[in-house]
Amino acid sequence: MSESMAAGDGDPSSPGGARAAVVNDLSIQVATVNGSGSQSANTVLLRAIFQMGVPVSGKNLFPSNIAGLPTWYTLRASARGYVARKPEVDVLVAMNPETAREDVAGLAAGAAVVYDEPLGLSSLRTDLAFYPVPFDRLAGQVSSDARVKKLLRNMAYVGVLARLLEIELPEVERAIARQFAKKAKAAELNVAAARAGFEHAGQLRKQDPFTIRRLDLTRGKLIVDGNAACALGALFAGVTVVTWYPITPSSSLVESLTRYLQRTRVGEDGRATFAVVQAEDELAAMGMVIGAGWAGARAMTATSGPGLSLMAEFAGLGYFAEVPAVVFDVQRVGPSTGLPTRTSQGDVLSAALLSHGDTQHVLLLPAAVEECFTLGAQAFDLAERLQTPVFVLTDLDLGMNVWMSDPFPYPERPLDRGKVLSKEDLERLGGFARYRDVDGDGIAWRTLPGTDHPKAAYFTRGTGHDDEARYSERAEDWERNLLRLRRKLDTARGLVPPPVTDDRGAEVGIIAYGSSHHAVVEARDQLAEERGLATDYQRLRAYPFPEEVRAFVARHARVYVVEQNRDAQLATLLRGDLGPELAARVRPLARITGLPLDARTLTGAIGAAEEGR
Amino acid sequence: MADSTPAAPRANRLGLPLAEYRGGKSTLCAGCGHNAISERLVDAFYELGIPPERVVKLSGIGCSSKSPAYFLSRAHAFNALHGRMPSVATGALLANQGLTAVGVSGDGDTASIGVGQFVHLMRRNLPIVYVVEDNGVYGLTKGQFSATADVGSRAKSGAVNELPPIDTCALAVELGATFVARSFSGDKRQLSALLKAALAHRGTSMLDVLSPCVTFNDHEGSTKSFAYVKEHAEALEELSFVPAREDIAVEYAPGTSLDVELHDGSRLRLSKLEEGYDPRDRIRALTRLATAQQRGEVLTGLFYVNTGAPTLLDQLALVDAPLATLPERATRPSREVLETLLAELR
Repeated sequence: MSESMAAGDGDPSSPGGARAAVVNDLSIQVATVNGSGSQSANTVLLRAIFQMGVPVSGKNLFPSNIAGLPTWYTLRASARGYVARKPEVDVLVAMNPETAREDVAGLAAGAAVVYDEPLGLSSLRTDLAFYPVPFDRLAGQVSSDARVKKLLRNMAYVGVLARLLEIELPEVERAIARQFAKKAKAAELNVAAARAGFEHAGQLRKQDPFTIRRLDLTRGKLIVDGNAACALGALFAGVTVVTWYPITPSSSLVESLTRYLQRTRVGEDGRATFAVVQAEDELAAMGMVIGAGWAGARAMTATSGPGLSLMAEFAGLGYFAEVPAVVFDVQRVGPSTGLPTRTSQGDVLSAALLSHGDTQHVLLLPAAVEECFTLGAQAFDLAERLQTPVFVLTDLDLGMNVWMSDPFPYPERPLDRGKVLSKEDLERLGGFARYRDVDGDGIAWRTLPGTDHPKAAYFTRGTGHDDEARYSERAEDWERNLLRLRRKLDTARGLVPPPVTDDRGAEVGIIAYGSSHHAVVEARDQLAEERGLATDYQRLRAYPFPEEVRAFVARHARVYVVEQNRDAQLATLLRGDLGPELAARVRPLARITGLPLDARTLTGAIGAAEEGR
Repeated sequence: MADSTPAAPRANRLGLPLAEYRGGKSTLCAGCGHNAISERLVDAFYELGIPPERVVKLSGIGCSSKSPAYFLSRAHAFNALHGRMPSVATGALLANQGLTAVGVSGDGDTASIGVGQFVHLMRRNLPIVYVVEDNGVYGLTKGQFSATADVGSRAKSGAVNELPPIDTCALAVELGATFVARSFSGDKRQLSALLKAALAHRGTSMLDVLSPCVTFNDHEGSTKSFAYVKEHAEALEELSFVPAREDIAVEYAPGTSLDVELHDGSRLRLSKLEEGYDPRDRIRALTRLATAQQRGEVLTGLFYVNTGAPTLLDQLALVDAPLATLPERATRPSREVLETLLAELR
């Protein structure tokens, strides 16, 4: 626990002693109550640090409840740009009486505690820096309205932290102005609350080493959550049909998308180039996507684990009847209802093989918000090119938390609408066979319903069919069809985004995907700096695995496969793909707590495994 | 006779002969009521002169759901999942609102496994002709009761049904379907008039067609057999369909008929057998259906129609062109739009 404190060389038992300053490398944890309105304050805090040019990330750890249960917001500033969760808390803001004592007990020596004065926490320990603040009184100076006061208490702690950590007050005020852009009165009150906190903190004696100093590392960057980034990806992929059923943590994806669509895709006459339908359940949502994809629309839905389970039957139909569809799966913790507001990568296997029989799907695995945009858009091209459902797997951490990002690139390539025969094509060809592999890539040509040609029609079904789409139970038809579908997946290997590889000839390789990436980046530095262990790294971005994945495993004696689930799901897929000899090199490193993965866990696990090998 | 030129084949207003509206050879049992329904569908599309390429035929799973193979070979078809055809149909029409959709379902498909999607199809008022080929029994799995089987009806195995049936028509009226009717596969005239009217209606047309199963449910003790339905069927009104292009001054006895104007200008003429029955009265429709069930009557006819309700597609205010084939310039916002949206995230 105290390893990260190694930088501070003072005596942790005497706060305020001669500890070296810790600049732009700290974590703040705000402990509040669900429903208390702290989200605005936390966003302002994050944004103020961001505006000072310091890389920063924020994570909301919240319960599956509307109000009244404990919630924590953790914010990490890192001059080195680390954005993974850091389990060690440097600065605690204790606002929740229910958890305050436990929160304080969990801190490492030398941490700072800003707390609501009536909680009387300072007597709990002698190795922490305590800062009591009378939040009620500060908020009361700004407003006498009880409800408003409750909200202003939050902005008051932002002011206190600004003073203690040397965050520039004008940047806090700018962030508040932005947060309450459409509510001038609220902005004014919040600025007053932040100032009251700032003023009060002037009376406190600084006893901890943590400070924020202006840098220039965030210029031109965005702050955006993964769900909004996926929504933008879908928007710029030209999505036309969106159907969904609300489920945490994916709901905000469709809500963002709906807002973007309404702003950008409604003509002056009030007519829309899109349809958004809230379905009665996930079965219907997926059925609508399949119907729309069949009829030629760029159609999508968004869901999470339990919804994915309900979509299984239609996913199999989409695979077998060869209908394009895009499913964004923002993963949460399963099995069953699991932990609805906690993060995991637990749907990898079920998504890859969703439905019964020999069904396999294409998965895209974005690691960062920028990839939520680019891969989110690419999913539509792949779905239409391959005529199959494509699943974009993000997770709660990526989807619902805000991240820094470079601006998203405008898609340069035209939309890939895949192999569709028009009336003119049919006139030239005289007809077609829906499931005949004329190009040798496993992908047959299709027509869209409504194509005005007597030979355009074919019969779509989930039962066995010959290559002219006629019902067939003949053994050779069945086998030929299934082998063609496998050939199509082989084609997919060459079309999906390739992995990102950093191979410098080390003996040890690491494979990861999705939001685990951020912990791996940091853990590799820790392994090199603390243990002298060099590692190579390959980040996977899709399934079926492109050829580079096999090559990477073949070049490394030991390959740690990092993921956030219990059963090493991606490692399982990988081993199946590699065959026995190479599979033996795969070392699953699967961890699941519901909290985003942290680097220290990986460094410890890989370090120990390497020592013990 | 040798020198007489053969008569040109009869054709509809598109110049297409009836044969162009037929489908594949039926693999259902000989005498199955479903085949008669397919024939009526062929006639209806032909007589209305609907281009078959503009039609999509959708179904779930079961004997009934095989039907789309037996009419309109020139139309795209989707034999979807058990009970989940409504969502597929919804998606298809969202993608291309220019399509004419006909959904064929069965009583198991609609009232049991698919009742959830059925319910929401009715309340969305999606423009589709939704036909339930209703025989009160599962045929493909060889004779189990469905949720429309009447209390006391006997299966071929001798088992007696104890559970009350779901009246899909009452359910549809209750949920807001805008065209709700029941007919009998053996009543050629009434079924034809209802199918044509359903096709001319813009909104969800729900048509429950009693279609006896000759293999598993056409025996004594069944309330869905040919004999039982013929004996107990009572028509609510006599129906005539008057196409938009036909002179509407057809003779009828004043005071006993009601014309309902449909969306394309066609009229459904009801010669009422029941005094004062107006199918535009929703509460009356529900009451009449409940009474019929109480009396053990098989009431047929048009129970309810509402030509004024907006469809799901109207509510979405879509552009005229199909969403499916909009060009990239219409669906991918410009570089400037991306810049604007990203600027808000800075």
